[in-house]
Amino acid sequence: MNSTRVDLVELRAEIGEIPDPEVPVLTIADLGILRSVEESPEGIVVTITPTYSGCPAMHHIEQEVLGVLAAHHVEGVVAMAFSPAWSTDWMTDVGREKLGAYGIAPPRPLETSISIRQVKISCPQCSSTDTELINRFGSTACKSLRRCLDCLEPFDHFKEF
Amino acid sequence: MIDERPPLVTFLLRIADDNLVLAQRLGELISWMPELEEDIAIANLSLDHLGQATAFLGYAAELTGTSDADQLAMTRNEREFLNSVMVERPNGDFGQTMARQFFVDAYQAPFYRALADSADERIAGVAAKAEKESRYHLEYSSSWLTRLGDGTEESHRRMQAGIDQMWPFVDDLFATDDIEIQLRVDGIAPELVDVRRSFDETVTNVFASARLSVPADPYQRLGGRRGFHSEHLGPLLAEMQSLYRAMPGVSW
Repeated sequence: MNSTRVDLVELRAEIGEIPDPEVPVLTIADLGILRSVEESPEGIVVTITPTYSGCPAMHHIEQEVLGVLAAHHVEGVVAMAFSPAWSTDWMTDVGREKLGAYGIAPPRPLETSISIRQVKISCPQCSSTDTELINRFGSTACKSLRRCLDCLEPFDHFKEF
Repeated sequence: MIDERPPLVTFLLRIADDNLVLAQRLGELISWMPELEEDIAIANLSLDHLGQATAFLGYAAELTGTSDADQLAMTRNEREFLNSVMVERPNGDFGQTMARQFFVDAYQAPFYRALADSADERIAGVAAKAEKESRYHLEYSSSWLTRLGDGTEESHRRMQAGIDQMWPFVDDLFATDDIEIQLRVDGIAPELVDVRRSFDETVTNVFASARLSVPADPYQRLGGRRGFHSEHLGPLLAEMQSLYRAMPGVSW
């Protein structure tokens, strides 16, 4: 293995900046799918976790991570961790704000004492809470399609999962 | 053949093949659904099932020393597929498609919930993720059963016809045999009694709100888990595997 010393904290920060290919406004750190960057006898092990089992972005993200490692001339592998299962609660507050500004209603918190059904989803355009579900499934596995009943704009909602 | 496989591989293939075959069936409907929203929904369902299949096949491939999940999916013959006969049923009309989906979802949600406690950590991890997906699928399929079953006279008639079509294949979802006994003793495979109880509760509740009824005919067709399939699986595999078989190892 290459003997070049790398600062794991810096490396993790850089890998964390890789954008999600389907929602490019979010980085993989924002999404909470970057689990760890660790040193092992075989090199650097970058552990990521899939959002959905069939998420087609995972392969792309893996390649991007390997690209960052290559740029630093370090050997390493990408490990896929399924457990514990990723949840939208792992998305950072910064990530949630970015989503809203991008026009996608962010996921509501799952870990809350009140029922999630009682928390209203706001329209990212006009902030009205008077919105309805059009389709449980949207343009990507992580989104559902809604409509604002005030400004009448349809919008994506990053669904709680 | 089947009996020469390690029991864990057989167990993994049974789970994987349910998802792989159903993903292919749902994939047949893409661009053919009655509304754009349903087209997107069916593609999402298919993708989730394909992802689950890939995870379980990937593990099975490692255990058998097969090169990868693709090879297991694309080079096994009909008799080597261990999916339940339910998932190979043709799509039929929308009522039949939703009936099949509902039965699979009502089975998979509690099955994965139990499997998430498996002593095998890798299986448990995949199941924990899959459980969330199948619960979401169940919300979707249940809402269609209710909407159509409790809808117009015609929608009710066709939804009930879909249920009648798919009901004879329900027990095969839960079919198991001695191969899995040791896996259950070791805490790797779940007990199916509780899974079936949860399934029955879901069916009772959804059928009540959808005004649907369980068919009176007790006939059940079994055998899928041992590789005995209906006439419908062969053509599905022929289409799914044709490219890979023509060009082994192909990727793009």
